[in-house]
Amino acid sequence: MLNDIASNTSFFGIFITGVAYVLACAIQKRFKSSILNPLLVSCVILIIFMLVSGIDYNVYLYGKPKADGTYDGTGAIFFQNMLTPTTVCLAIPLYEKLVYLKKYPVAIIGGILAGMFACLGGVLVLSMAFGLDHTQYVTLLPKSITTAIGMGLSEELGGMVSVTVASIIVTGLFGNVAAAAIFKLFRIKHPVAIGVSCGTGAHAMGTSRAREFGEIEEAMSGLSIAVCGLLTVVGASIFAMIRF
Amino acid sequence: MKHFSEISLIATVSFIGELLHYLIPLPVPSSIYGLLLMLLLLVTHIVRLDHVKATADWLIGLMPVMFVGPTVGLITSYDSYKDILIPIVVISIATTVLTMAVSGLTTQGLIRLQTKEEKEERAEALEACEKEEQTDVK
Repeated sequence: MLNDIASNTSFFGIFITGVAYVLACAIQKRFKSSILNPLLVSCVILIIFMLVSGIDYNVYLYGKPKADGTYDGTGAIFFQNMLTPTTVCLAIPLYEKLVYLKKYPVAIIGGILAGMFACLGGVLVLSMAFGLDHTQYVTLLPKSITTAIGMGLSEELGGMVSVTVASIIVTGLFGNVAAAAIFKLFRIKHPVAIGVSCGTGAHAMGTSRAREFGEIEEAMSGLSIAVCGLLTVVGASIFAMIRF
Repeated sequence: MKHFSEISLIATVSFIGELLHYLIPLPVPSSIYGLLLMLLLLVTHIVRLDHVKATADWLIGLMPVMFVGPTVGLITSYDSYKDILIPIVVISIATTVLTMAVSGLTTQGLIRLQTKEEKEERAEALEACEKEEQTDVK
């Protein structure tokens, strides 16, 4: 029944995604908890809805099916298609924060590079330890960078894009929730260091946590997302050549 | 009209990014070429901030919604990762702690080194000034 309605309308995917996300934002506003991340909550709502209603995922994502077996392309993919222009727009906050980069260039780039190699090296060692194959290994390489760049990178490396997205979300959520504990444990106190750590380790979700620490932290975290994302494109491509 | 011209500009840069991705045989996503090109345009003042800022802020604010589709897609690819579900979660969490600790500690250490050097330089400069003053007095 629901599948019939969805299959005969074009905007079902956009509609249901919008409703779920607005609802998730309202839930977070009501409970003010960082675990109730709108992205996580809306995805949980939608996954449960899709499983219960039995709606075809292709209809949700690509819109109304046409007679020749293709779709009219007005489903939830509409939002995904905006990722490239949005990533281009990340140049704007990066440009606005160049002044911080000029003050501590060595410390910031050094910190991001060290974090990036720790991440890629950690994925390599743990993938070997768990006996993952090469596809699974490259799927996890972009796990610390922003989803916009991570999705494109995973595709370029031949990984499983949806699994990369999942690992990026797990990373971001964990970083968001555990940030304060990590900084206390490792005695990281300098605002610039906290910002770099949030952005390098937990991308946009880390940045939303950095915002709660202060303005410098937020700015540095935003800068680190872009810089780390760019460096990881190069770093992960090199690490992807390692065969085991 | 303002939003339309901003959207057109962003779309143009995105398109050139895709063109570069198509022409250059490197594993760099087209969005990265676009990002670098936009940064270059801003730094060289060919594009001013107020030419793109309103739409850019709006798009960046919308970013999480763009990840909903692929995340919901996890239900269709469950078979491809169900055997490695635990490694994925363990690796994601363990490397996050590692990455955050290493990047934070490295940045903090390098900043301390830099400020220490600055202080030393300042102390040396002060000393030199004092010596000059003393020779002047003599």
